[in-house]
Amino acid sequence: MRAVKETAVERALLLSTIVSGSITLIIFGFMLFMALPLLGGGKIFQIFVGSWSPGDGSYGILPMTVGTLAISFLSVTISFPMSIGCSSFIGVLGPKRSGRYLKRIVQMMTGIPTVIYGFVGIFLLVPIVRGLASGGSGMSVITAALMLSVLISPTMVLFFNDSFERVPASYLDAADGLGASNVQKLVYVVLPNAKKGIIIGLILAFGRALGDTLVALMIAGNSTQIPGSVFDSARALTAHIALVIAADYESLEFKSIFACGMVLYLFATAIVIGVRYFAFTDRETR
Amino acid sequence: MKRPIEKLVTGFSWLCTIMLLGAVFSITGFLFAKGYSSLDTRLIFGDTGILDALLLKKQVFNGLFPAIAGTLVLVVMSVAWAIPVGIATGIYLAEYAGDRVRGLFNLFFDILAGIPSIVIGLFGFAFSVFLHKNVSKAIQPCLLISSIALAFLVLPYLIRTTQVALDGLPEDTRLGALALGATKMQNIFYVLLPKSLSGIMSGVILAIGRCAEDTAVIMLTGVVATAGIPGSLLSSYEALPFYIYYISSQYTTPEELLTGYGASIILLAMCVVLFSAAFFIKKRLTYMAFYRA
Repeated sequence: MRAVKETAVERALLLSTIVSGSITLIIFGFMLFMALPLLGGGKIFQIFVGSWSPGDGSYGILPMTVGTLAISFLSVTISFPMSIGCSSFIGVLGPKRSGRYLKRIVQMMTGIPTVIYGFVGIFLLVPIVRGLASGGSGMSVITAALMLSVLISPTMVLFFNDSFERVPASYLDAADGLGASNVQKLVYVVLPNAKKGIIIGLILAFGRALGDTLVALMIAGNSTQIPGSVFDSARALTAHIALVIAADYESLEFKSIFACGMVLYLFATAIVIGVRYFAFTDRETR
Repeated sequence: MKRPIEKLVTGFSWLCTIMLLGAVFSITGFLFAKGYSSLDTRLIFGDTGILDALLLKKQVFNGLFPAIAGTLVLVVMSVAWAIPVGIATGIYLAEYAGDRVRGLFNLFFDILAGIPSIVIGLFGFAFSVFLHKNVSKAIQPCLLISSIALAFLVLPYLIRTTQVALDGLPEDTRLGALALGATKMQNIFYVLLPKSLSGIMSGVILAIGRCAEDTAVIMLTGVVATAGIPGSLLSSYEALPFYIYYISSQYTTPEELLTGYGASIILLAMCVVLFSAAFFIKKRLTYMAFYRA
């Protein structure tokens, strides 16, 4: 009797595992199935590298892909040095106590909803950028990237800090024994040993920037042109989905957002594989 | 290393810290400076009496009450879907699965955790269209669809926190009950799960916070600007984060914008408390917390 119950529980657990595991596949399946009418018959090329002008029957998502990549790269470029500086402050350079407080604050930052970043972006950052760029709406690649760089920095700071803490204490003691200063410890001991952690944190933060919807939707301006400079308005893939969703179900325009979904899905998969690649080589070398 | 360079590096690190703190405090400070005057019971209940609103006797028209109620109902429903499945999956992966099965499913859940929330929202929307066409005309984007999509979104957190909490238990804790003749299942339910409760709780709190703050999923799956208190599972509803988004682009009067600031402060306070609590319960949470797109 007991054995039957044991097996039943195990089966139930296995079932829920299969159900939750299949969600990942079902989502991709749905995207593929819905985008299929667009991808057949040589049109696939048109979708991924064409421009967006529904009036002429062209539903290319290239401008949005470029927009997404531009905003994400720029935000990571801004955020990365800042995050390295902050996590060095927490881990090595700053006074111990202020480091602890800073870490608390950064942990709290992970709880700030993305819609708040967008909201504050509209009423605080956009007017500032409008002033700087002298003219225009102030909604541009740089506006979104600046706000996003604040949004993704907790990811990097906390992750870098974790990998700093994993540097063996004996290494630090050895450096201390040789009379190293704090900066020398950071540059010659901590950073080289935390290199892989830093790369992984960087990739993850990039993934967060790619997947963000609200900041790009609210303050990047949403024009469907390929942005020529950082002060140009741009539309991210995520924002594109949110904006086109109201179209007629049967239209090609509506189907094209599933191509956006697929691109975003593939980006996410590439990020996970990238992280795993570094995480696993990390384990081997240790 | 030369001293000026050392000074430069230290200075850089202080500068970064000041910049980040400056950014955070200007974001939160801006909200409070603009919105604190709106923080009173009128913000939530409008002109309706508090008791009448809470007992659902009268509808609240010009307050945040329907949005807050919508968010609460949504969070409770999503978490109710996600918790049993998530924890069961975590238990299976930690205690039953072989190495290869575990590796495969971990890859799946990492991908699921990395999928942008708007894509999950898009899936929810397409799913509701599919159901509308093939199952029942009554189904359209609604509370039920949103809560299921949100459950998909937070499932990876629950699975991962449960799995990590169980994996982290020391070997002697595992063996004690088994040595006394307990079965594997008894060991899991009477010893291992109670021991890893704090880890699992931190995952549940994270999931709640994530459901409360998410906007991208719900804006595709049934949230609307005015709906009142959600009447049924198949009705559309209001939610705080969507209200903030909506006000930011559609406000007509300064008073309306002011309620947007008020709503932002409420949502911010709610989420910051939840996430801090999760970090407080479980120190090494970074790995779970950063997956948020």
